[in-house]
Amino acid sequence: MNVPLAKAVGQPVSRVDGPRKVTGHARYAGEFDVPGMLHAALVLSTVPKGAVAAIDGEAARQVPGVHVLVTHENAPRLPYRRMAQRPQVDAQSGDQLQVFQGPEIHFNGQPVAVVVAETLEQAVHAASLVTVTYEEEEASTTFDIDRGKPPSSGNEKAGRPAETSMGDADAAFAAAPVKVEAIYTQPREHHNAIEPHVTIARWDGDVLTLYDKTQWVDNDRKEIAHVFGIPEESIRVVSPFVGGAFGSALRTWPHVTVAALAAKVAGRPVRVELTRRELYTSVGFRPHTVQRVALGAERDGTLTAIIQEAWGQTSAYEEYAEVTLDPARNTYACPNVRTRYRLIEMNTNSPCPMRGPGVATGLLAHETAMDELAVALGMDPVELRLRNYAEKDQHKDLPWSSKALRECYRIGAERFGWSGRQPEPRSMREDGQLIGFGMATAAYPAHRSEASAEATLFSDGTALIRSAASDMGPGTYTSITQVAADALGLPVEAVRFELGDTDMPFAPVHGGSITLASVGTAVEAACRVLLEDLSNVVRADPDGPFANLSADDLEWRDGGAVRRGGGELVTFETLLRGLRLDRIVGQGDSAPGDESKTYSSCAFGAVFAEVRVDPDLGTVRVHRIVGAYDIGRVVNPKTAHSQCIGGMVGAIGMALLEQAEWDERFGRVMNGNLAEYLVPVCADVRELDALFVESEDRIFNPLGVKGVAELGICGVAPAIGNAVYHATGRRIRDFPILPEKLL
Amino acid sequence: MLETDEGQVRRSEAAYSQHAASIALTVNGESHQIQVDARTTLLDALRDRLHLTGTKKGCGLGQCGACTVLVDGRRVVSCLTLAVMNQGKSVTTIEGLAEGGLHPVQKAFIERDGFQCGYCTPGQIMSAVGLIREGRTRSDDEIRENMSGNLCRCGAYTNIVQAIKDALAQGLDDPEAVRQAVEAIRQDAERGE
Repeated sequence: MNVPLAKAVGQPVSRVDGPRKVTGHARYAGEFDVPGMLHAALVLSTVPKGAVAAIDGEAARQVPGVHVLVTHENAPRLPYRRMAQRPQVDAQSGDQLQVFQGPEIHFNGQPVAVVVAETLEQAVHAASLVTVTYEEEEASTTFDIDRGKPPSSGNEKAGRPAETSMGDADAAFAAAPVKVEAIYTQPREHHNAIEPHVTIARWDGDVLTLYDKTQWVDNDRKEIAHVFGIPEESIRVVSPFVGGAFGSALRTWPHVTVAALAAKVAGRPVRVELTRRELYTSVGFRPHTVQRVALGAERDGTLTAIIQEAWGQTSAYEEYAEVTLDPARNTYACPNVRTRYRLIEMNTNSPCPMRGPGVATGLLAHETAMDELAVALGMDPVELRLRNYAEKDQHKDLPWSSKALRECYRIGAERFGWSGRQPEPRSMREDGQLIGFGMATAAYPAHRSEASAEATLFSDGTALIRSAASDMGPGTYTSITQVAADALGLPVEAVRFELGDTDMPFAPVHGGSITLASVGTAVEAACRVLLEDLSNVVRADPDGPFANLSADDLEWRDGGAVRRGGGELVTFETLLRGLRLDRIVGQGDSAPGDESKTYSSCAFGAVFAEVRVDPDLGTVRVHRIVGAYDIGRVVNPKTAHSQCIGGMVGAIGMALLEQAEWDERFGRVMNGNLAEYLVPVCADVRELDALFVESEDRIFNPLGVKGVAELGICGVAPAIGNAVYHATGRRIRDFPILPEKLL
Repeated sequence: MLETDEGQVRRSEAAYSQHAASIALTVNGESHQIQVDARTTLLDALRDRLHLTGTKKGCGLGQCGACTVLVDGRRVVSCLTLAVMNQGKSVTTIEGLAEGGLHPVQKAFIERDGFQCGYCTPGQIMSAVGLIREGRTRSDDEIRENMSGNLCRCGAYTNIVQAIKDALAQGLDDPEAVRQAVEAIRQDAERGE
């Protein structure tokens, strides 16, 4: 059986869900019209540690329209069944927060009560009347690296080791003729997707429906099944559109349980919509991380020692750890590498992955240190990176399944005009502004997981593809449609892809940039199965146009089949009607093979940034960024480009704007809103460009893709920081680079 | 005159008569007489009472711009104005923009990929339409400055600016009559749910 060469894949197809999004008809989780729905408002703890002593809810209960006030005193006991293995999206050690099951307080902002009322206004007003008193205990609210402890075995197993060592890094560092050593700080950062987290819960007897903002409907269902001790089959999770998440909707947070619990108690559907302020303590965040980097090199730039240590923040009830030190171990070739990782427990809500988790943080320190080394060597930063180019993944001791990073450096530098850079800091000026050029390497490991899909071809010649995947913005709807269109030999317009529902075939988490490599290959498989079935049926039909033809002599193209080597196209419509079928269905699965045992797969990039710094005010403007990327096969250059420039915008925030202001007295975020927690706005962004080098990784997966989203934020913040150094001669190691730090 | 949500009106009246108010609102050219809690924002009235969920709630604090609508032609963040303050006024939401076909700004957003997750998009588009009508889009810098009240966390800003410039270049008085296309989108959306 043959399907002709790809047509849709590789084309800059406009988003197939675009018309719905620009007209307001895309329906996000909180927007489902559920008859009889009540509204909820949370009451959050105001102390970081201790216990609830008393809750006075009398005034709240008397507010007209209030149905129930649920607290730990009257909430049903929930089984919170333990899972043999916590899902990969959860913290790998500790116990998840249990809502309303006891008086204990683990952090400031923990839900202690929920008011359910007829209207949102009533619920909010009533919640404000709930009086809670506490027995306070002394809390851990400082980020104190002396308290750092090694990750537990769960995190060790999940690839977050306390120590790794290759060669003798300390001796090599001591002996190195050229060396740099410094401490780098990245603050607590929040995802701040524009859509707040929201859950609508509805019970029909024992059957629970959740309309939820989630990056993984299947896991959402599993988690809630364990919390309530009910079978997964009695829960349906629906989430067709996700208004941005960046990692914050990977795991199932306590408010989802609150919604289901409140709906159970109230006997009516309930919506819990977190306020912007509540998001800062109700879902996770990128953990505050401090790193020490020491690099040693020969005078020609050859790295002889890499030492990188990291201290990350976690909560008091769960141990969340990141792969912060992966970049130190495998970005460059170096015989002596040592890493050390420690976690600091604090009375805070648990951190969680945020775009480029761990890797973006590790690269921030590592790539800044590399720039410092280039300065110490008097060497061009690109040249230094080429000198230490990693021809294999030295930590895993495996070859790369593909790597075109050299090409990224070359093309990126060329497009950016890197050769026009005068090496001396403060040497380039225009209109009274200091100009700085900086660069950094980007890398993010490529993974894939098991996935399933279903393809249905209808007798009108259209196809429907379904998989319980998600599209929080990268363009899953569109790229999968393209993959399916080519697999079936149909135009994009004839294919419709549906996602985000547990009634659909299983899909893995929509995170870690794995969706296209996982779901895309499953969709291809489903389409292949469908066409094989159809081929068998049409060739077995003695009255049909392809009776007794061999499978190899049948070619699928242009919405139908032809006899190989010539003959008339018989459309799917004609074939199916001839067979008296209104549809034919194919189920397909895909899973990673053994390739990860013999190869290391990774997406790469080279990022170049130009900044303009006002020497009097210290304000930094990012003038332009150029990134050249090796992401494997590019299914849709338009949406892939958007992914990359979107990552750059996020990284402008990381480099220059974003930080949660933490009040150590009360263990709380002080700037929990979008006016005081600064994110990049339109005026912060001028010119961004992303280029893709020729690449295709068929070892990693049959589609040849490597994933984009996480990569887009990696390496950009250090490139900006390095440009700021070049512009000003000032090395800021405490991010974000605020104007006052440059004065 | 459309009667909306009668069941809820009755419940609401019984539940909180001291806060209830009856108001007349014109939304996308249609007149509505609705009962609201006097504390209800225009945003919540649009989303939860009239089920026009194209207008998005991002922060409820007037900081993100996702809820931008046009009130008597002016750009307004609908989370910072109470429904009762808009008695008798004419509100245009994203759902009312496509008159006889996609508005040129909507088309340009699709073509230029001026969004990813799509959640800030209705607010971006309403702001862009308002700014264009006000003549405050005379340069890239002016567009960037005036669009800075609409946050896009996916980071589509450069594409948004391009989309606005494309729409400007096209001219706004020529929305092709493709009412069918819009209707198809609506039906499409309903089928998908």
